[in-house]
Amino acid sequence: MNFLDYAPAPESTSILNLKKSYGLFIDGEFVKGHGKPFLSISPSSEEAIAEIANANSTDVDAAVAAARKAYDRTWSKLSGADRGKYLFRIARLVQERARELAVAESLDNGKPIKEARDVDVPLVAAWFFYYAGWADKLDYAGLGPNPRPLGVAAQVIPWNFPLLMLAWKIAPALAAGNTVVIKPAETTPLSALIFAEILQQAELPAGVVNIITGAGDTGHALVNHSDVNKVAFTGSTAVGRAIAKSVAGTGKKLTLELGGKAANIVFDDAPIDQAVEGIVNGIFFNQGHVCCAGSRLLVQENVHDEVVDRLKARLATLRLGDPLDKNTDIGAINSQVQLDRVRELSDIGEAEGAERWSAPCVIPEKGFWFAPTIFTNVSTSSRIARDEIFGPVLAVLTFRTPAEAIAKANNTQYGLSAGIWSDKGSKILAVADQLRAGVIWANTFNRFDPASPFGGYKESGYGREGGRHGLAAYLKGASW
Amino acid sequence: MNATPSATNGPAVNGAAVNGAARRGSALAPAERALDIIGGDLTEKSLRLHLEGLAGVDAVGLEERAASLGTRSIKTTSKAWALDTIIRLIDLTTLEGADTPGKVRSLVAKAVNPDAADPTTPRVAAVCVYGDMVPSAIEALGPWHGDPDDGRISVAAVATAFPSGRASLAVKLADTADAVEAGADEIDMVIDRGAFLAGNYGLVFDQIVAVKEVCRRGDGSFAHLKVILETGELNTYDNVRRASWLAILAGGDFIKTSTGKVTPAATLPVTLLMLEVVRDWHRLTGERIGVKPAGGIRASKDAIKYLVTVAETVGEEWLQPHLFRFGASSLLNDVLLQRQKLTTGRYSGPDYVTID
Repeated sequence: MNFLDYAPAPESTSILNLKKSYGLFIDGEFVKGHGKPFLSISPSSEEAIAEIANANSTDVDAAVAAARKAYDRTWSKLSGADRGKYLFRIARLVQERARELAVAESLDNGKPIKEARDVDVPLVAAWFFYYAGWADKLDYAGLGPNPRPLGVAAQVIPWNFPLLMLAWKIAPALAAGNTVVIKPAETTPLSALIFAEILQQAELPAGVVNIITGAGDTGHALVNHSDVNKVAFTGSTAVGRAIAKSVAGTGKKLTLELGGKAANIVFDDAPIDQAVEGIVNGIFFNQGHVCCAGSRLLVQENVHDEVVDRLKARLATLRLGDPLDKNTDIGAINSQVQLDRVRELSDIGEAEGAERWSAPCVIPEKGFWFAPTIFTNVSTSSRIARDEIFGPVLAVLTFRTPAEAIAKANNTQYGLSAGIWSDKGSKILAVADQLRAGVIWANTFNRFDPASPFGGYKESGYGREGGRHGLAAYLKGASW
Repeated sequence: MNATPSATNGPAVNGAAVNGAARRGSALAPAERALDIIGGDLTEKSLRLHLEGLAGVDAVGLEERAASLGTRSIKTTSKAWALDTIIRLIDLTTLEGADTPGKVRSLVAKAVNPDAADPTTPRVAAVCVYGDMVPSAIEALGPWHGDPDDGRISVAAVATAFPSGRASLAVKLADTADAVEAGADEIDMVIDRGAFLAGNYGLVFDQIVAVKEVCRRGDGSFAHLKVILETGELNTYDNVRRASWLAILAGGDFIKTSTGKVTPAATLPVTLLMLEVVRDWHRLTGERIGVKPAGGIRASKDAIKYLVTVAETVGEEWLQPHLFRFGASSLLNDVLLQRQKLTTGRYSGPDYVTID
């Protein structure tokens, strides 16, 4: 036998206790939506998981009204210590139900269970624990004495890290004393609905968090609702720009976390084996569905061939397939729409003269899949070097000197993240100092911690999530 | 299968007495691999430039990669294969001051017949003993003595003033020669860590070359040479990478993590790093070098992580006795318990496997 054809090791779905259909979570209860319900499907099998309610503007009104009532009557009157208790309770329940949440996330999103289990869900718990600690210490956050919450926060989140993005939004909002109406992405509502059950279990006062499902129309109605005080959006730059326009002049506070086209810079003195791992983790983690993915590899010309050879050898060992198998490294692309976009941009890359190489993976018959792909011989003007692909596709470019690396890394309309690989600490600091991106990783990539602020320059958005900075987005008087 | 170093005793033996500074420009023993890779101008300086020119190792990244390989889930048929393979790759070891011919006979009996209740159990690769116990081991093995690739059992002897290596080169060579003469198939030597840490790479190199030469038997064949780096004393991953290259360049057939007498002994990150060196050597020359983690691997679960790391780093063809070994004693019984559990569906207990 071939040892490397590891026997199947599927995580059981028996831990899930799914309903056939889910309503909207408004004022502490599941209620029917007034729009036409839709199905959430598993991207690895294209099979339906559950029927999901669709919130129309009436439902949005009800959700915002519930949040307003909860803010006025309950949540704004609680002490910080009491808000913290609820957040700690939620964090512990997330840990208790971690396996269930991880399975749901993998099933609904298509991401490998090992990532949902080892990255997404532990970070979700960490985020709630972290902000639970802040709830009674807002006076010491450096935002002035007795900072006040904003009121009702409207939050719209993407499909790439459904539960983690929910935690990034809800935890600081509640810690700061706001109430929330949140809309998960239409392709990945499942974990948010299980999270609603956790909120019931935690006996969070009704209306403090409302979860409404739906597509773009629902999100549009929510962010444009006249009674919300704060809009927080994570998603594409195009939608973010539209939201910024519609919110302008309304007095609503806005944070946007949008796209990226991060440079991952590998110098010739890099720890080469770890750099190769970092490149893989930078762009193939979560199938490249990561806004801060290291999608542009900038490698010093004198080590280009060696790095690319080693990278190809490493990519050939990646396992693509059933996301629920514990040995799967690369899961499914989240939707047909996204798969089409990845294919289209990859074809454009090839047409523009770049050299395409894909890992030799067996692609399953059903579901949405794209083999890990790298493009070499990419020019800086090529679309695959400029546009966010949001898939497992890496564009490899070269540079000769640190100055050229910095110039090329900054030559993008985005500025969310960047990576630097070198064994020389002074070089890392000097280069990091000149990169215009919100997060710079040195000799690592895609590492997240609730204590560290995260956010973008330029078209990657504004405002910061995480850390003390993340509180400022939900308090009056703070600078954003 | 290995390059034959045409070493002379000259520079190696004399080298031991000369300090590093004076040796800097001096020529090293002309080991064939080093000549091929570094070039004809083989000196302390050229060796140093080569070793210090190797890419650095990022400790955090290396440990993360090892941890992620450790999360592979090896189940059912894969697990059964893995357990049998672990047994086939074990160097069953006793290295005590209290070792006696009786203890060695008992160890050999266990090596030949690991699970008395299940004759389908594979045999281990080798028994590993001190040099003076080699005759006892060979006698006890009788017809089972032979090449583990043919299902027989080799005799490995630790030598060169194991475990510290703190003796003159003459003593180390005599120690090795004794074991080879007594019929040891494999020699597990230690490097001079003191010399390595003092920066005398050439001294370490020359000693390995000299020991390799002493591994030559009368008929021209060689006892297999495993070079123990004692990674717990080298302390940094950069040192481990350099020492691994040094040992291979000097002619080692295997690079081995530890003596088992120093903590930490084998760890997964260190073994991963040594496998990466072996992979790079294979890419460079086409030649396959063995790796032996030793000491501290006691549970089947941990040993399976090593198999995964081997297979995903250098390829599963390395999972053969002449390319990968576990230096272990208590690991065998844990594997047997797991093996019994796969057959019966129940866990038994320590009294259902034999002590050696």
